[in-house]
Amino acid sequence: MGHAHTSSSDAGHAGQPLVGHLVAPWILFATGGALIVLTVITVAVRYVDLGEANLLVALAIAGLKATLVSLFFMHLRWDRPFNQLIFLSGVVFVVLMMAFCLMDTSQYRDSQYIGNPADVQAVLDKDAPNAPIAAQKSPDLP
Amino acid sequence: MSAHAPAGDHHAADGHDDHGHGGGHGHHNAEYPFLAHHFETPAQQFDSAKLGMWLFLVTEVLFFGALFVGYAVLRNRYPDVFTYASAYLDTTLGGINTAVLILSSLTMAMGVYFAQTGRKTALVVCLWLTMAGAAGFMVIKYFEYTHKFHVHLVWGEGFYKPVTDDGGLQSAELSSKAPVPLAPAQTTMSAGTVTAQQLAMPAFVQMPAGEQTAIAPPAAGPAGMAPAVIDAKAAEHAADPATHGDEALHLEDAAMPPNTHLFFAIYYAMTGLHGIHVLVGMGVIGWLIVRAGRGEFGPKYYTPVDLVGLYWHIVDLVWIFLFPLFYLID
Amino acid sequence: MTTLPARPAAPTYDTPESDNYLIHDKGIPSWLLTLDHKRIGVLYTVGVLLSFFVGGIFAMLVRTELLTPGRTIIDAETYNHFFTLHGAVMVFLVIIPSIPAALGNFVLPIMLGAKDVAFPRLNLFSYHLWISGAICTVVSLVMGSFDTGWTFYTPYSTTTTAGGVIPVIVGVFILGFSSIFTGLNFIVTIHKLRPPGMTWFRMPLFLWALYATALIQVLATPVLAITLALVVVERIANIGIFNPAMGGDPVLYQHFFWFYSHPAVYIMIVPAMGIISELIAVHSHRQIFGYRFIAFSSVAIAIFSFIVWGHHMFTSGQSSLMNTLFSAISFSVAIPSAVKIFNWICTLYKGSISLNTPMLYALAFIVLFTIGGLTGLHLATLNTDVHLHDTYFVVAHFHYVMMGSALIAMVGGLHHWWPKITGRMYNEKLGMIACAIVFVGFNITFFTQFMLGSHGMPRRYYDYQPEFQIYHVISTIGSYIMASGFLLTAMYLVQSLVSGKRAPANPWGGATLEWECASPPPYYNFHEAPKVGDPYDFSNLHWDERGEGYVTVKPPAAKA
Ligand code: HEM
Ligand SMILES: [Cu+2]
Repeated sequence: MGHAHTSSSDAGHAGQPLVGHLVAPWILFATGGALIVLTVITVAVRYVDLGEANLLVALAIAGLKATLVSLFFMHLRWDRPFNQLIFLSGVVFVVLMMAFCLMDTSQYRDSQYIGNPADVQAVLDKDAPNAPIAAQKSPDLP
Repeated sequence: MSAHAPAGDHHAADGHDDHGHGGGHGHHNAEYPFLAHHFETPAQQFDSAKLGMWLFLVTEVLFFGALFVGYAVLRNRYPDVFTYASAYLDTTLGGINTAVLILSSLTMAMGVYFAQTGRKTALVVCLWLTMAGAAGFMVIKYFEYTHKFHVHLVWGEGFYKPVTDDGGLQSAELSSKAPVPLAPAQTTMSAGTVTAQQLAMPAFVQMPAGEQTAIAPPAAGPAGMAPAVIDAKAAEHAADPATHGDEALHLEDAAMPPNTHLFFAIYYAMTGLHGIHVLVGMGVIGWLIVRAGRGEFGPKYYTPVDLVGLYWHIVDLVWIFLFPLFYLID
Repeated sequence: MTTLPARPAAPTYDTPESDNYLIHDKGIPSWLLTLDHKRIGVLYTVGVLLSFFVGGIFAMLVRTELLTPGRTIIDAETYNHFFTLHGAVMVFLVIIPSIPAALGNFVLPIMLGAKDVAFPRLNLFSYHLWISGAICTVVSLVMGSFDTGWTFYTPYSTTTTAGGVIPVIVGVFILGFSSIFTGLNFIVTIHKLRPPGMTWFRMPLFLWALYATALIQVLATPVLAITLALVVVERIANIGIFNPAMGGDPVLYQHFFWFYSHPAVYIMIVPAMGIISELIAVHSHRQIFGYRFIAFSSVAIAIFSFIVWGHHMFTSGQSSLMNTLFSAISFSVAIPSAVKIFNWICTLYKGSISLNTPMLYALAFIVLFTIGGLTGLHLATLNTDVHLHDTYFVVAHFHYVMMGSALIAMVGGLHHWWPKITGRMYNEKLGMIACAIVFVGFNITFFTQFMLGSHGMPRRYYDYQPEFQIYHVISTIGSYIMASGFLLTAMYLVQSLVSGKRAPANPWGGATLEWECASPPPYYNFHEAPKVGDPYDFSNLHWDERGEGYVTVKPPAAKA
């Protein structure tokens, strides 16, 4: 990976900047168009009931959009592999943290949290004692 | 957050940094006046700036990433809260904002293109368009926020405070008929609450307090959910200042699951942090506009435009996830 | 930056007496606004050492209070504030910046053969952030301090009435960004500013360690920042995300916190291991054993460190599935650590060891880190941890690794590079005596705490059962011994500044590039691009009586 002194660019080629990569406007516009279309699709999918899969579809579309943005708008497609790796590793670490935390919380998800927690109940008792939610006391509150 | 603005600034500023190592390195390079003394070539300097920016973007990803994890954990714990509360968000406004950000990303990317090809005027126009997109986004966000504040769709305890500033006239009139426990003198509850209640459940108003609580609905459950969502959606679609009174219903909605305030807590945390990033973005884009106007960028040197562009795209990227995760839950 | 004084354009070659980075510019602004990585390193070093002194005073107060059960010198509330201040100052202001920001800043570009770090202004900005973070801590003290423990666990940290919680959290947030920017700068520097010939596998191991550390700094610290931001928001606006009484999840806070803070303990130890690799190789004048293993184990530790955080949460209510997983993965972290110990010992074996102060510190490190690391395994074992968690056993464990290892390595490194940084030699005899005092005092202080902990003495307690007193007394006496060792160190180091012998360019016989430039280095590090050779090839270095330093006799053929 010792590329300390190499140029990342096609510098010197006609019409090219000295450094970096020039992305043709049509690619940018196509990307923008695709993003708008995907936005419309993701809103539309909301009204189709797929059960649990709704979330997955929404995330898949968002992931696709994010990929488009990073590959084309952010020039990652033409960037150095190490920059690609870095960005990817950021995402990987978030996913890692999320996976571990979710694995943990799903384990005890069913075992708790019925009704209003204490501080919420205190506010309700004081400010809105007759709101329907105020009656949803947690069984272990006094 | 203050840390963010200078970061972009610094990478770029280094381009003009000459702190004078001697031995032939200290003076400005005649061919590349922007080349700092400790770099050998413009490509090396550009690559360094790019790598630095990508590393910074990774910190942004993790910065937001933790909030996404928080979101996931809360949603996993309270799925019905998220399904229920999402309906209070305005999909139309959220959708428009998504499009606005995408378009501003496009203009930013075009700005980089024009900087690379040395088209000064086009670059400035693109930067202004991006700025306009950012401002438009914030204006819409402002309306969304203020509307929610207005009807107490907020985080924490405020969520459970009855809305008091709606239909003031009616409340004065109706509070005289209010049941004893609700009288302002005896409880901290204000007259406005009564209004909301009466609007929501006119049948209960004349009942004695005891019976009123006796009719309290059962704890939230799947059975109770459906009508609530429909109600809330109706409220959402009638997003019109005149109907604020109706939107104050969340407290009166028997189907509202406990801990709904947590949805709004994480909603404000994430969109708020994102909004701050948009504001910072407007600041650095403004700085670019000034420099671009002075003709500082061209095919040889456009690093600041490129880096700010990357920052702006990551702001867009975060919103791309926020939108479906908050606005589009069913 | 316009206030920077103008500099001569192209100076002639000077001797260290007539021009070096210390005297190149004069006046306080020329220091506080400097873009020179060496000066920034010195500024950090001064700041870190001052903070260490302050944190040390809190430690002495805490230890003194524990001499007797019940009240000895301070009341319980104050005690809570003091141990918290001790922990927070030591972790965030001392150990995390000590090696990368202080020594790393000074050494990294020179070792690499670069003129500076990649982003000198960002580097200065990091330092200013560090100062701001320190100021926030002081503000917190004035506003009523804080008693949350350095971990800021919710919901206590969001509900305590101590007045200084928000300022200190803001301070830690800022310090986090200081650390991030330093890491970012180092990664870019190592990637992009290596001169010709400096391939990845010719990099000194300290640079590999700093590189691995920088990766952790960049990847983990943002999570701490956002978590602390949420705690502040929670305190101000009561959003309830971490508050069980609002339906929030305090265990989520712990996930966030340890997602940063376990990797953070490797921010402390990995660069320390890098220093030890240098010290061992240079002072036993022997090619380092298993260069690639040491290099890769640094990176491996960095990556592994991200998936073991849950071992701090075995008793928090974390699910048994995750407890099991985290426990199992934690054991694997011990492997790369053990690889390093093995390699160091093999390097020492049949080396021609100079038993001087840096070497003594390195040997102390090996002993103490072995104890600290192995007790980590006890803690990572699920069922033993249920007994040992939140006892003095944990306190002893992390002091063995944080103080006995990370800090000892920092002090060893400081001695190693002291001639380079200041241009003066310190008193070797006093150095060795002080090291011995610190080593003995440290073990008396903290080994006792292993026993305290396994007998059931909980940590962070003001009062205790009378049967624990004997251990507490021994531990406190040990801490006094250790403090006297550090005071002695401070004394002879200051003395060396005033009347120390002038240091030669290469007093130890090191083969890395920093020993090729004068002591102290010239402002420009290198007058001409240095020749890069094997950083651990000592065969051509010979002691020169006249200059009292090492000189290269037969320059190694550059195999670029
Ligand atoms: C061999 C590798 C290591 C293992 C397996 C290990 C394991 C553990 C475990 C399981 C705990 C939790 C104990 C408890 O709270 O019940 C712990 C605590 C701790 N460890 Fe380690 N450790 C290792 C190395 C290190 C290193 C190198 C450092 C720092 C340089 C470190 C710093 C700490 C700190 C600061 C704590 C206590 C945090 C607190 O609760 O305040 N550990 N360690
Ligand atoms: Cu740990």
